Amino acid sequence: MMSTATRSRPLTAPSPHAPAAGGARRRSRTRTRLELTFLLAPALVLFVGFVLVPIAVAAYYSLYSWNGFGPLTDFVGLDNYVDALSGDVFQSAIGHNLIIVALTIIVQLPLSIGLALLLNRKLRGRTFLRMVVFAPYVLSEAVTAVIWLLILQPGGFVDEVLRGVGLGWFVRQWLADPKIVLYTLFVVITWKYIGFGVILLLAGLQGVPAELREAAALDGAGPWQATRHVVLPLLGPTIRVWIFLAVIGSLQLFDLVWIMTLGGPANASTTMVTYLTDHGFKRYEFGFGSAVAVILFIICFTFALLYQRFALRRDTDGALTRAVN
Amino acid sequence: MSRRNTVGYLAAFAVVGVTVVPLLFVLLGGFRTTAQINSSPAGLPSPWVWDNYREVLTSPVFWRLLGNSALIAVIATTLAVALGSMAAFALSRYAFRGREAFYTLFTLGLLFPLGVAALPLYLWLRQLGMLENPLGVAIPEAAFSLPITIVILRPFMHAIPGELEDAALLDGAAKLGFFWRILLPLSRPALMTVSVLAFVSSWNFFLLPLLVFNDSTNFTLPLGVAMFQSEHSEDTAKVLAFTALSMIPALTFFVLAERRMVGGLTGSVKG
Repeated sequence: MMSTATRSRPLTAPSPHAPAAGGARRRSRTRTRLELTFLLAPALVLFVGFVLVPIAVAAYYSLYSWNGFGPLTDFVGLDNYVDALSGDVFQSAIGHNLIIVALTIIVQLPLSIGLALLLNRKLRGRTFLRMVVFAPYVLSEAVTAVIWLLILQPGGFVDEVLRGVGLGWFVRQWLADPKIVLYTLFVVITWKYIGFGVILLLAGLQGVPAELREAAALDGAGPWQATRHVVLPLLGPTIRVWIFLAVIGSLQLFDLVWIMTLGGPANASTTMVTYLTDHGFKRYEFGFGSAVAVILFIICFTFALLYQRFALRRDTDGALTRAVN
Repeated sequence: MSRRNTVGYLAAFAVVGVTVVPLLFVLLGGFRTTAQINSSPAGLPSPWVWDNYREVLTSPVFWRLLGNSALIAVIATTLAVALGSMAAFALSRYAFRGREAFYTLFTLGLLFPLGVAALPLYLWLRQLGMLENPLGVAIPEAAFSLPITIVILRPFMHAIPGELEDAALLDGAAKLGFFWRILLPLSRPALMTVSVLAFVSSWNFFLLPLLVFNDSTNFTLPLGVAMFQSEHSEDTAKVLAFTALSMIPALTFFVLAERRMVGGLTGSVKG
């Protein structure tokens, strides 16, 4: 994504005044250094101080048993990590995140592609349609969670509508049945985030020249074949970026779950971040919570690096890839 | 062709239905009473009741949440865009050793969103004495918005022709003067995009304010909606009115800034 910035011309314009004397040159170099400090330092301080330091600090806390008050004295080594990874609840939390990741790719991706192809046609009111599809993405997860909490109330809107259309047998305890709750949450997630994928893919479709489709049609390809063999491969980069964002997002799932179920019932919808918040924050197990945060961080980071390395390299030469190479 | 379009319209109709009906349920539910909703969850208001909306709008709670959210979002956006554009300028129009390393450092931030760092961040903020303080939320949000801000701004600033810079320098402008008087005004479209992204992510953020604020007078809108729902869970109609009103700022903002937001999202990830 960042290729232009690094490949093209060297970034400084040659100075119009060739410095005559060494003194003037040194002065201008000092000046440049001051300017650079002035420009870069504030952003660096902010970024290091509030993004990198907290994570480093967490790695340190994670080696202690600590309730968040008083000095760190009880060094436990990697015990917190062992406890977390061998605990049933955390294992199932990881499992839930992975189920959401899998469902997202299996269900949301084809759905997004289908909708994007539909909305790319010359339908009347297309602009309006695009806005409507994107609207839920703008709402906060908190508002989305409250909306669906109310809609899914037992005997509420969803149940009433299902009964009204003769699907009464399908009515479930959407959020109270441990076997179903995760899938209910996934439906809500899809409602909220599908617009994001559609918009992304629509932008990708604009990069597919109409001539290519026409050429395929001339060669005797039907609309389905043209889509399958011409359009989809060209959407590849967009799809790979979407998958990356969707997986990272699914691994971080929190707001929606916290408000709708608090990870319940009986931990049936616990995610890594709800587990982390529950232990680290509500139970004052800060050393343990920090260990969970570090594990989560390592999972996200490993995925990001591997994915960049093997899937995204071709598409986004720059930005993230350079961190890997 | 027409048959395919029929299918298209049917699908479009279904999408609009699935998207809009929940929103309409909230909006219309606010005009009903809880008794009406309980007896017929999918019904329309009859008669229309204005009390729910009136009570929410005349209580100080809603306005305070709105004010808190706005204050935090404005601070976070201003910080992120100001510091981000300065850094992007340094990283795009100066040549110096370590430039790419600095840039890579910032892009690393794209790999761990705030969710991962929330608990460590909470401990860190506690140590800095920034709990219960709007800045304790706004500053970290700005820090986490820096990577995407720089990633969008750097190529944009870099693409502005070097001749403009040469001309400005020949006319006696200092390099910083060029930044302030020429480059920033020319970068306005990209600045708008990054502002919108930073503002929306701050506006919607839930986890960090949840950890930092204990006192409900400091709450932001997402926290407030969740709190209102759990406190008034018996009074469905009032919760619906409250939720409907809290959707309005985000949706209005979206309608106004739609092109920037969508353009920014697609521009930032397009290959």
